[in-house]
Amino acid sequence: MSDHTADYAPETVTSLAAALQRGDASSRELTTDYLKRIERADSTLNSFISVTAEQALAAADAADQTRAEGNAGYLTGIPLALKDIFCTRGVRTSCGSKMLDNFTAPYSATVVEKLNAAGSVSLGKTNMDEFAMGSSNESSYYGAVKNPWDLTAVPGGSSGGSAAAVAAGLAPASLGTDTGGSIRQPAAFCGITGLKPTYGRVSRYGIIAYASSLDQAGPMARTAEDCAHLLGNVAGHDLRDSTSMARCVPDYAAELDAPLAGLKIGLPREYFGDGLDPAVESAVREAVKVYESLGATVRDVSLPHTRYATPAYYVIAPAEASSNLSRFDGVRFGHRCDNPDDLVDLYKRSRAEGFGEEVKRRILIGTHTLSEGFFDAYYIKAQKIRRLIRQDFLDAFDDVDVLMGPTTPTPAFDLGAQSDPVSMYLQDIYTIAINLAGIPAISVPAGMAGGRPTGLQILGPHFAEARLLNVAHQFQQATDWHQQRPAFAKEMI
Amino acid sequence: MQWETVIGLEVHVQLATRSKIFSGASTAFGAGPNTQACAVDLGMPGTLPVVNEQAVAMAVQFGLGVNADIAETSVFDRKNYFYADLPKGYQTSQMYHPIVGPGELEISLDDDVTRRIGIHHAHLEEDAGKSLHESLTDDSGREMTGIDLNRAGTPLLEIVSDPDMRSAKEASAYLRAIHSIVTYLGISDGNMAEGSMRCDVNVSVRPKGQAEFGTRAEIKNVNSFRFVEQAIAFEVERQIELIEDGGDVEQETRLYDPDSDETRSMRTKEEANDYRYFPCPDLLPIVLDQAYIDHLRDTLPELPADKRARFENQLGLSAYDAGVIAASRDMADYFEEAMNVCGDAKQAANWVQGELSAALKREHLDVTRSPVSARQLGELISRVQDDTISGKAAKQVFQALWDGQGESADEIIDAKGLKQVTDTGAIDAMIDDVIAQSPQQVAQYVEAEPEKRGKMIGYFVGQVMKASRGTANPQQVNQRLSEKLDALV
Repeated sequence: MSDHTADYAPETVTSLAAALQRGDASSRELTTDYLKRIERADSTLNSFISVTAEQALAAADAADQTRAEGNAGYLTGIPLALKDIFCTRGVRTSCGSKMLDNFTAPYSATVVEKLNAAGSVSLGKTNMDEFAMGSSNESSYYGAVKNPWDLTAVPGGSSGGSAAAVAAGLAPASLGTDTGGSIRQPAAFCGITGLKPTYGRVSRYGIIAYASSLDQAGPMARTAEDCAHLLGNVAGHDLRDSTSMARCVPDYAAELDAPLAGLKIGLPREYFGDGLDPAVESAVREAVKVYESLGATVRDVSLPHTRYATPAYYVIAPAEASSNLSRFDGVRFGHRCDNPDDLVDLYKRSRAEGFGEEVKRRILIGTHTLSEGFFDAYYIKAQKIRRLIRQDFLDAFDDVDVLMGPTTPTPAFDLGAQSDPVSMYLQDIYTIAINLAGIPAISVPAGMAGGRPTGLQILGPHFAEARLLNVAHQFQQATDWHQQRPAFAKEMI
Repeated sequence: MQWETVIGLEVHVQLATRSKIFSGASTAFGAGPNTQACAVDLGMPGTLPVVNEQAVAMAVQFGLGVNADIAETSVFDRKNYFYADLPKGYQTSQMYHPIVGPGELEISLDDDVTRRIGIHHAHLEEDAGKSLHESLTDDSGREMTGIDLNRAGTPLLEIVSDPDMRSAKEASAYLRAIHSIVTYLGISDGNMAEGSMRCDVNVSVRPKGQAEFGTRAEIKNVNSFRFVEQAIAFEVERQIELIEDGGDVEQETRLYDPDSDETRSMRTKEEANDYRYFPCPDLLPIVLDQAYIDHLRDTLPELPADKRARFENQLGLSAYDAGVIAASRDMADYFEEAMNVCGDAKQAANWVQGELSAALKREHLDVTRSPVSARQLGELISRVQDDTISGKAAKQVFQALWDGQGESADEIIDAKGLKQVTDTGAIDAMIDDVIAQSPQQVAQYVEAEPEKRGKMIGYFVGQVMKASRGTANPQQVNQRLSEKLDALV
């Protein structure tokens, strides 16, 4: 790393924005540095699928120009990494799949347009589980991503590339997506901060759909403060997404410093049961003590339908996925088999060749649960459970402001350790219910277990992002878990 | 054995919105392949549908037009199946909660009998694209199928009837009534040749008196009134023959081929798809409040049945004329304008039903393309009423207007000298000439029995009219001739 970065390490969006504002660095310098880091480190980590150096430098120059003209905003010139699930015009958008290895998006997602309009600089597209289906990033067509804290561990998934890149300092922040924990779980595994906003808070237009009623984009960064700045930019109503909410976007950064005195925290009993790693649990309990010292009160609560969340999720998400992924048929875009005999052969071979194992498994599950004779028993029942789970949260938030618990049952597991799909699915037991209920949740670094980070998950009522960011930020003012960096990053940079 | 036919229709009406049901792309007909398909229509990864409010309003208008229940909450579902011209691998439709609930429609049959046909429901959905099989080859000369997605995402209202029709005639009358109501409402151009209206026909037969339905066959994609009748006629005969020969009708989908005038099996029940319907998570339920529905109800145009009643009861048209004219909003509008100009409903109806309809039919024109405008026709009728021209001359004037020989009836009457002669002196002079030149006929007249003379006068009238080149007032000629001839007796 060159000299002029010394002042603002460890880099956060906030510190880089300040440096740009002071004129200590240009966007071109920052962008060049990050591109160099990626070049040095990413052959080891594999956190990027595509690095768009040329476009990044052009965007950086444009940002510097904007700044010179006096029109810079907070994010102008800030380098970022985008999960490869966001359509980016003129850039390959693979969604981690062989199916879309040859797909160059003809348009940009709404959030990408918003980031471009704000003048931020995209360094490239980060690795992910294929079609966002996975909790370890091992289902990517582009190979597994390594966790910078321990190269034998997974970074989590599906936004594993984003989490690893931010943790390793290859990007100050990233935009990920979360359908059942895909922002929060990798954030926890990689020791960064990740926010899954309320369903409908951020436009889904241009995000390649996995499970439409659960997918939501959100920021992944080193701090809650950075997440506040990013969310403030990408949130808001979008006429192109009927499920985005017409509700004004608060100034998230402005509310970060509100005091926590009187904050009522609930600890769901069901989030501290069997299977929870003691080190993870004690990190959460320690974090709760920090909050008590900041003036919060704590009580136990119950979310009685929690244990049905994973089964309900694995009916609803694959059902939607089986339909969402039907468009990948080899006809208009994406992988097409060689010399098809006829239309059916074209479908069968293009899809058999283009999709990986986990994607096929979920398409099969979803096709089955939607089929005649099974629909009521699976899909309709799962929707009923979904309503009960949502009601659990609404009831809990009658009594408390936020809920806290672990983000994951264990710290990052070893690459290749979870060979059974069902045990992989159980990695998301604390995150999935949040998506089913549509509420927001944030994961913040809260400790270490065997050299691997663990996360504290904070849950809030619908549209309580400002409160969550405030609560997370206050924790980060009182602790330094979020400032710790993996040795790999220090060596590489 | 006496057989009874049971028919139900699923009519797909293309709604006349400017843009597609879930995207901003144009719906205009006839553009180059794939020039009117945007990222959403192409099913590009990441794209999302946004429902076209105009399509929703049109569906509600239809529902109100057939006195149907309008669903306060309706939901879009995905119908999943693979086909090359179905970009997303599913069609967005409404399976479980359609926007229009039960209603009914009155149909008129030729013998002035009316029947009520139940509307089971009507739902919104998107059309698929089109496969082009003709003359496409790849670089190595292999035959290929082209896909044109211009039509993909075009809004359709699928109107599903109850199985209430008992003959091919009733089915086509029902289809005409649907056509009439959607064009009245202006929610579809109703152009069957361009595919704006197509229907699937469900046909079964049962022994007369039997309560339960027979096994039905569904004939897909029939696209004209005539083909509906022909397809049903063929299918009924096929099913009866099959049963009478000891066989069973199979539940299947069939295709009507107008060239061979027969239906052919497309797929049987066993081959039928499981469409795996489920609510589309990308679209919120459509929630309509009563004020919105009331507003649409208040702004509905007068519908065919009401118009027919008004024509008959207030304007004094025959039931038949009222029915035929009111069936088409364009025809009814034309009629009313012509009537307003001339002030005579019966004459306007006679002309519209007679001369005008014959000419339109002869040249295969729609009334909106008529070379004679309603105003021109109204003025022409006025000229007959005020005795400026004779009824016979009026037909000449109509033809001249049709041929574009003048801007108005008056202009043509002047140019052709068709003004009726009513001057008694001039008429008397012509009569005297004719009598002088027809001594033989005059002699016969005089000698004839008085009761036979009435018939014989026709010859003289004809001669006088001929001499006047049709311009003499025939009543006047008749009267003066009788007087003069009788004076000779």
